[in-house]
Amino acid sequence: MPDGAQPVLDVRDLKTVFKVRGGEVHAVNNVSFDLKPGELLGVVGESGSGKSVTMMSLLGLLPTPPADVQNGSVTFQGQDLLKVNPETLRSVRGGKIGFVFQDPMTSLNPVYNVGMQIMEPLRKHMGLSKSAARTRAKELLELVGIPDAERRLKDYPHQFSGGMRQRVMIAIALACDPQVLIADEPTTALDVTIQAQILELMKDLQDRLGMAVIWITHDLGVVAGIADRVLVMYGGQIVEQAPTRELFKNPQHPYTRALLKTVPSVRGQREDRLAIIEGQPPILGAQPTACPFRDRCDVAFDRCARENPARFIVGPAHDAACFYDANTGAPRDV
Amino acid sequence: MFDAPKTNTKLVEVRDLKMHFPIHTGLFRRHTGDVKAVDGVSFDIYEGETLGLVGESGCGKSTCGRAVLRLYDITDGSIMIDGDEIGDTPQAKLRGKRPTMQMVFQDPQASLNPRMTVQAIIQEPLDEHTSLSKEEKREKVLALMDQVGLNRKFAGRYPHAFSGGQRQRIGIARALALNPKFIVCDEPIAALDVSIQAQVVNLLEDLQQEYGLTYLFISHDLSMVRHIATRVAVMYLGKIVELAPREALYAAPLHPYTKALLSAVPEPDPDLHDTMDRTILTGDVPSPANPPKGCNFCTRCPAVMDICHQQDPEYREVLPGQFVACHHYNDITDANAIRAASEAQ
Repeated sequence: MPDGAQPVLDVRDLKTVFKVRGGEVHAVNNVSFDLKPGELLGVVGESGSGKSVTMMSLLGLLPTPPADVQNGSVTFQGQDLLKVNPETLRSVRGGKIGFVFQDPMTSLNPVYNVGMQIMEPLRKHMGLSKSAARTRAKELLELVGIPDAERRLKDYPHQFSGGMRQRVMIAIALACDPQVLIADEPTTALDVTIQAQILELMKDLQDRLGMAVIWITHDLGVVAGIADRVLVMYGGQIVEQAPTRELFKNPQHPYTRALLKTVPSVRGQREDRLAIIEGQPPILGAQPTACPFRDRCDVAFDRCARENPARFIVGPAHDAACFYDANTGAPRDV
Repeated sequence: MFDAPKTNTKLVEVRDLKMHFPIHTGLFRRHTGDVKAVDGVSFDIYEGETLGLVGESGCGKSTCGRAVLRLYDITDGSIMIDGDEIGDTPQAKLRGKRPTMQMVFQDPQASLNPRMTVQAIIQEPLDEHTSLSKEEKREKVLALMDQVGLNRKFAGRYPHAFSGGQRQRIGIARALALNPKFIVCDEPIAALDVSIQAQVVNLLEDLQQEYGLTYLFISHDLSMVRHIATRVAVMYLGKIVELAPREALYAAPLHPYTKALLSAVPEPDPDLHDTMDRTILTGDVPSPANPPKGCNFCTRCPAVMDICHQQDPEYREVLPGQFVACHHYNDITDANAIRAASEAQ
């Protein structure tokens, strides 16, 4: 990969399978990506595309069984997170890698006040005393823009609004100065005006703290506004990877192109009819041996049904998993 | 292309609609206040048009949609649908009126009975309201399935066997069964993936054109509303703050809330993001049980004035077809002066 900088997180050939009644679900198939220091990496895809499962697999957050991380490596600070002992993994989770979940209502504990919940990682991972942890917790609440922080430490989650709860979640994730923050659809449950507040906050925090962020979302608009680089996932695979501007200007995978067309805009040209992607996302019952998008693709040809395309380099720092070359309008010669 | 069949006949007229939910507290469950979910809302829907109703969660848009169909007993106000006043009609008498007004619900998972087959679900309104024979009903159900793009072969299956988009199609088929004139679509695409949303919206547009349907389309997705709606009403804390034809609302919004709301929508274009002028509102929506004195938006408004804390602004037509409730447009009738007032904020 270009840029030379040593990645903080390097994921290779990750494969996660769920064993369910009546078969298997191959949710993540050979996913490889890296994350550079200080970078904001957007991951887009529809529900079921494997974006959340990929991130949960990295940190061993999936219950096993049914989940089974069958293959791959996740290199973080010279260790493979898939192989380290549970003790080490626990110190990474919440300590060096923070996680913000989608739904701030269900991911905060309703019977503890938020002060306790912010202090927990501080005392556990950083070994702070109770009073030091409390001071730090107050600083964190101020950092994420919650007014009257001192008093609000004693409040319980139900006393906060949705946007404020998500700020608390971000404060918890940031508590131990993580090198990596993984945010799984952190603004999906919020209203647009609140979402705009949280996006501003994240951009500002990233500038100030310099951590690397993985931002999972299904909203292309959000990605366009904050991400440096984007991964597009479909059917448990990464189908395209490019710097944000490049992706929006010059999408190469037919899925990305179609996705960009189906999203109406509030500012640009209004189309009389929305472009649609026919059909349904695939059911991932087995290791895919063909392109997962072929049934819905308008440029699919016979090779797509026989082989699953690898990610071909299509430009500087830009790759796409498609046998069809959108620039020449002909099948790729590989 | 869907703007053409708009007529000047009002199909729905809502005046000063109020829906308050009582709060009971204490040992004796005394009535101590009201959640003013919808607090004095007036609008018309013309035949064949789609009125988009947008707002953030908790602003009362869904309650408004349900109240218009009298799924609640409303607190106050009048609702005329297709020439009949239904605001104070007892529920039992409403039954005869139901076939003309139907609803498509947000969550296709929750609004379809898991123990009924698709055939039974779509047929239920026919059982209730018509005297068709078994054979005729079956034919009608299959025809409806064709119309919404469901395979006839699946009529015997249960809802769990369908994907979210297909379930929403079942809900739409059920709403269409009695040939309604007016359909309230309550966030019909919110639970669906982006690529499936477009399919359902296109279906709704096709059906509208074919049957001359009138929609009240409730959504928080401003970009989708811009696509489907003829006119758009923006709600905030139980009140409509602005109602205008689509083009006017998106190109030149008047109310400060509409402006902030539109500027908060993330644009799927990185270049626009950098050049965009954004208004980021601070704070949260106040509780509808205890709205602020004066204008409901005064606690978050970037252009707030003294009068806003004292007096509730009047909701009035400031430009032809463009209604707004904001003190910035008090006593202004001239179009140019209005644009100047809008820019001055």
